[in-house]
Amino acid sequence: MKRAAYILVRNPLSLTGVILIALVVFGALFADLIAPFPEHRGAVVDFANFNKPPEWPYLFGTDLVGRDLFSRILYAYRISLLLGVVVLAIAVPIGVTIGLVAGYVGGWVEYVLMRITDVFLSIPPLVLAMSMMGLLEPTLTNGMLAVTAMWWPWYTRLVYNLTRSEKEEGYVLAAEVIGASRAHTIFREILPNCVPSIVTKMTLDLGFVILIASSLSFLGLGVQPPTPDLGSMVADGAKYLPDSWWLTVFPGLAILVAVFGFNLLGDALRDILGVDQ
Amino acid sequence: MTGLLSLRNVSKVFTLGQREIRAVDDVSFDVVEGECLAIVGESGSGKSTIANMILGIYPPSMGTIAWRGDVLPARRELRHRRAIQLVQQNPLSSLNPRRSVGASLRLPLDVHGIGDRSHRADRVARLLEEVGLPADFMNRSPAALSGGQRQRVAIARALASESDLVVLDEPTSALDVLVQARVLKLLADLRDKRGLTYVFITHDLSVVRNIADRVAVFEKGCLRELGTTEAIFANPQHAYTRRLIAAVPVVADAEVALRNRLMENDDAAA
Amino acid sequence: MSAPTLRIADLGLGFRTWAGPVEVLHGISLHINKGERVALVGESGSGKSVTARIVLGLLQELKSARISGTVEFEGRDLDRLSARERHALRGTRMSMIFQDPTSSLNPVYRIAPQFHEVLKRAEPAISEAAARARAAALLSAVAIPEPERALDSYSFQLSGGMNQRVMIAMALANEPALLIADEPGTALDVTVQAQTLALMRDMVEEHHTSVLFISHNLGVVREFADRVYVIYKGRIVEHATAEGLFADPRHPYTRALLSAVPRITGGGIPEIEDVSEDYFQPLVVHEGCGEPEGAA
Repeated sequence: MKRAAYILVRNPLSLTGVILIALVVFGALFADLIAPFPEHRGAVVDFANFNKPPEWPYLFGTDLVGRDLFSRILYAYRISLLLGVVVLAIAVPIGVTIGLVAGYVGGWVEYVLMRITDVFLSIPPLVLAMSMMGLLEPTLTNGMLAVTAMWWPWYTRLVYNLTRSEKEEGYVLAAEVIGASRAHTIFREILPNCVPSIVTKMTLDLGFVILIASSLSFLGLGVQPPTPDLGSMVADGAKYLPDSWWLTVFPGLAILVAVFGFNLLGDALRDILGVDQ
Repeated sequence: MTGLLSLRNVSKVFTLGQREIRAVDDVSFDVVEGECLAIVGESGSGKSTIANMILGIYPPSMGTIAWRGDVLPARRELRHRRAIQLVQQNPLSSLNPRRSVGASLRLPLDVHGIGDRSHRADRVARLLEEVGLPADFMNRSPAALSGGQRQRVAIARALASESDLVVLDEPTSALDVLVQARVLKLLADLRDKRGLTYVFITHDLSVVRNIADRVAVFEKGCLRELGTTEAIFANPQHAYTRRLIAAVPVVADAEVALRNRLMENDDAAA
Repeated sequence: MSAPTLRIADLGLGFRTWAGPVEVLHGISLHINKGERVALVGESGSGKSVTARIVLGLLQELKSARISGTVEFEGRDLDRLSARERHALRGTRMSMIFQDPTSSLNPVYRIAPQFHEVLKRAEPAISEAAARARAAALLSAVAIPEPERALDSYSFQLSGGMNQRVMIAMALANEPALLIADEPGTALDVTVQAQTLALMRDMVEEHHTSVLFISHNLGVVREFADRVYVIYKGRIVEHATAEGLFADPRHPYTRALLSAVPRITGGGIPEIEDVSEDYFQPLVVHEGCGEPEGAA
């Protein structure tokens, strides 16, 4: 703990990341309390206050139907974070397990698992997600499904490489000499040594999942209105640039803050957990 | 003399692409119960390959390894794994940095079902005591231990399964000389107390001189010379053995005299 | 009389870490006269390797390191030199040999261009052909049988012993005044280590190179050094000629260290404390090795 604090204090960028993400998470969790107009998350129309530039009480201005952008951004964060957490909660265990097994067992198991992984990796992520969304209904659930499908192979690659190098460590030999089972060696000996790298990558990825999800909804393939979403907010506002600049700039900045924040936080965690690059 | 462990015409061939490398070439010897047999050689001598075959990491390509007269199969039973244990050179890597000392020591107890479950923590404490470490070390991570302390934990782990034979693979060469002396002392004491048999793999002949009963000298996968420690150092038969002894950096005049005497024989022969 | 090649006076080193400041060197002093082979011997964590790194000017740029005291190289205070001037000294007037020869050479290049780079440090205009000729001569001086073939090889195609010879030839190529050898050959087999040490000794004797020899191995020190400093936890505890030290070790720590070395003549493993208050007793200096040459 003391060491973590020391590293953060010595590195202002890492500290920035921690603060940014703390604010984002806090805003998303307590949106109901913080948002000035919590009802604006839904299909509310207030033509008296439509398309207003930033002014009190509309911190970031209002959209074309008069909803407070600040409130909508807080709720959009909530959905983005939920999306990111769910995607990683499914993709990481799958990817990690395949990577561990392929790296440790070797032989034809390794060959088959890694070729499947390579096929997924060879498809550009956005294209894969778009084609899946094209086949399925463009709903939030399917959005998550699509992003998950393209996310697990990255963890397989990471953990596969880690496992191959950890396998050479003396403690793996020690477990084998003692006669421990393969499952023990893989999940109790090797996996704990991969955790710091996995956690670091997950933090970085939360930012990227938010970015990809925003890209999908920017293209109209993700979260559907009236649910607030940063990507669709940017897309809707883009038609009214540069006059109604706040419609795009604030949601855009919100994406930037989250992605940038998770990147900095990932770097900080890498330092704190002592992950080799 | 019947061997606790007998190697008969053991060879090991590795294939590297098109090439075949004969790491161990037709080697036969016995390890006698209760002795410390040193296996000495430089890189490429095949000493590590022999250690790995004794441990059952991989089987010999040709020949047999027998334990108390039973030929060991390629896939060993758990009871044979239990009997033959290992202490590695580098304790930093041989202990899992993400598991506590206690967890590492418990593993052999769990795998081999030694003692009943509720008493295993006591067993771990006793093992730590036996290697001269306080019992509360079981809660520490290996990173919080010095090199010598880590090696003591590794030794305790090799004893945990109530092994009969311990392969010591350069157990002190990563340690400072003062720590080395204490770890060697501990190994000697444990052997007396538990009646252990050691196969001591090393390149350091000065250590061998002071801990081994017999010495097997390997070069390029072949057994060059095997004899009692006294005989090997008093009158080494093979030129390679003499070269190895002469290359040891020494600190006392008596040692220089021994070295010079050995080299004179060679110069005279040449 | 000329200044000693290296003079270190009251050198202190501390690091700032998350657990607070850590003192690594508690004011050590040593000197090396021209053509002298001086060993700094100690266990891991004694501060011997960081001392070498300070002399090479490699720790001065580190933000978390705090260095006090003076280091004079050929009469010039390293503190007064800029980072660029210190950099210019490395590989020309000062050179180094590290523990593992194979990892010290770049596996992506053949030996010849790496040798060219080394020679360019002292003579920037040297042509490839001239460098090659010089390199071949230097390699044959370190008893490499086919220098031309070695020059066209990659480090991984040569044995550890050959790489060590290449490293020695490179380190001495620009006729440095000071050679810093940090545990040379520790990664090699004993027979190869013995050969390369003998070779290194001949080479520095021939070139009158001063050597700072860093080692944990007392046997190796005995074979190589003229004079020895024993270092324990950042303090020099004994300073003697090599002969004097091994015949008559006086500091409790040196005595413990020496008696802990197993003998090839036998005698068993001695009972020795690995930590003791006695090891912190003050410095013992043997007669005949006090002040550096040229000191007022």
